[in-house]
Amino acid sequence: MELLLGNSHTYKPFGAKAILIEWKAIIEEAILKDILEFKDKINSQKSESYIDYSIGYNSLTIIFKDIILDFNKEVEKLQSIYTLNSTIKPVQNFLWEIPVCYDLEFGIDLEEMSQSLNLEILEIIKTHTESIYTVFFIGFLPGFLYLGGLNSKLFFDRKPNPRLNVEVGSVGIGGEQTGVYPVNSAGGWNIMGRTPINFFDLKLSNPCFAKAGDQIKFSVITKKEFLELEILVSKKSYQLFKTIIND
Amino acid sequence: MIKVLKSGFYTTIQDKGRVGFASLGVPVSGAMDSYSSGLTNHILNNSLDCAFLEITLGGCKLQFLSKTTICISGGDFSPKINNQSILLNSKISIKENDILSFGKVNFGVRCYLAVKGGILTDIKLGSRSLFKNITSNFILKSGDYLSISNLKIDLETSRTLVKVNKNHFESKVIECFKGPELEALDIHQQKILFETEFSVSKDINRMGYKLNEILENNIPSILTSAVLPGTVQLTPSGKLIVLMRDCPVTGGYPRVLHVSEESINRLSQKTTGDKFQFVLQ
Repeated sequence: MELLLGNSHTYKPFGAKAILIEWKAIIEEAILKDILEFKDKINSQKSESYIDYSIGYNSLTIIFKDIILDFNKEVEKLQSIYTLNSTIKPVQNFLWEIPVCYDLEFGIDLEEMSQSLNLEILEIIKTHTESIYTVFFIGFLPGFLYLGGLNSKLFFDRKPNPRLNVEVGSVGIGGEQTGVYPVNSAGGWNIMGRTPINFFDLKLSNPCFAKAGDQIKFSVITKKEFLELEILVSKKSYQLFKTIIND
Repeated sequence: MIKVLKSGFYTTIQDKGRVGFASLGVPVSGAMDSYSSGLTNHILNNSLDCAFLEITLGGCKLQFLSKTTICISGGDFSPKINNQSILLNSKISIKENDILSFGKVNFGVRCYLAVKGGILTDIKLGSRSLFKNITSNFILKSGDYLSISNLKIDLETSRTLVKVNKNHFESKVIECFKGPELEALDIHQQKILFETEFSVSKDINRMGYKLNEILENNIPSILTSAVLPGTVQLTPSGKLIVLMRDCPVTGGYPRVLHVSEESINRLSQKTTGDKFQFVLQ
C-alpha cells in the first residue's frame, strides 16, 4: 500500500508544448524506478507526438511536437500508457567503476573539507569510494550525472563563490550530492579529485556511457596511474569496468 | 563559402535546434528569435531546417567567396553590401567577393542572415547550432570559413519585401503561462509579479535573461527538475531569470512562470534596461 502511495503522480501543464509529471518530492530509488518504467512505456509507443523527455529526481517531463490543445485528453493518454501492463523488456543497467586520483594536486578542496568535517583526508576518500551511487538523471551540462547515495558524513555546502573554471573530470561534492564535471565549467562544488574518464564524447554513437538507473562506484588510482589512463583514454583504448546490475 | 573578416560582438550559427537529447543533458539551442529567423528562411524559400547566422548588435564583417542570394531579418543594424545600404526582409543578390558589414544599431538586438540553401557546417546531434563542447567552436571567429549551399540562384524576379513588424520589437507585453511552482507564491506575491514593470539586467546571454527587480519570497528550492527555454525561475535573492535557448535541461529554482514561444522571440530582441510586463495568456 505504501508503495502505491509513493508512486502516485500528478500532471501539470508546462508551457504550451510540455507536460510535467511529478512524484512525491523525495529522492527515492523506488520513484526513479517508476519514472524509468513510465519513460520506457512512453518510448515503446513510438508516438510522433512526443519528441523528447527530461528526467528529474521526482519528475518526468514530456516534450510534445505540437502545441497541446487538450491538456486533459493528453493526460488521459499518458495515464493509460502508465497503467499498461508492462510487457517491455527492462533496459539493462550497469554498475560502472570510475577511477579517480585523489592526489592533492587534483583534490584542491580536500584539505579544507578535512578541517571542516573533522575527518582525515584518507577517511574522506575511503568513505567516498565505499558507496555505490545511483544515476538519477543527466542534467546541468551534457554528461553531468546526478548521483544519489552520498554518505551523510561527507555532506558539504557548495562554495559561497563558485570558481570560474573547474577542470574537466573533477570529482566533487555540492551539498548532499557528489558528481563529476564532464567538461570545463564554472562551478561551486568542492573538488576532491579527478578522473581521466570522458563522460561526454560526441565521437561515440552514445556520447554518455551512463544513463538514469545505472550505478557508479569510484575507485582510487595514483597520480602515475591517472597519467597512464589519460593517455589510454585519449587513444580510445581504455574500456571502463562495468558489471550488469541484476535487478 | 563565407569568409569571416570580423566576427563581431557575438555571432553564432543557429538552426531549429537540437531536439531529442535532453536526457543526455544537451540544451535545445537554436535561434533566440525564431520568428525573425523563420522569416528570413521563408523569404529565401529555404527549408525551415536551413542553418543561418545569428548576429548580435552587428559589428561583424563577412565576405562571400561565391555568388548567392541572402536575406537579413530581425534587428536593424544598418546592413550594407560593399558600403551600400541594403533592406531588411528582402532578397539580396550577392556577387563573388561582396562584403557585408553593419553600422548603426537602429532597433533590436539580434538579426538573422540566411543564404539560399543554408549554411552547411557540420551537424552535431542533429543540429548545426553552435554550443560549447558540442560543436568545435561556440562563436564565430575572425578568419573562419563557412561552407554554404551552392543551390542555383533564385531566378525569380519578383521582389519580396516583408514590412518590419514593429510590434515585435516595441511591445512591452511578455505573454506567459503559469509555471509549475507559481502557486507556491501567496496571492500578494503573485499580484506583484503581474503588476511590476520588470527591466532587463546587464546579466543576459543566450542561456538566460536576469531581471533587475526583486520579488521578496521565501519559497523553497525544488528537487532538480526539468527547465525549458521560456521557464522563469525565481532565485532565493528574489531576482527572476527568464531561461532562453541555450539554458541547461534541469534546474533547482522554483519555476513561477513560463514565457510563450512568441514572447521568448520578443524578449530576445530586448536588452539591458528595456522594460516589460508579464501577462498571463
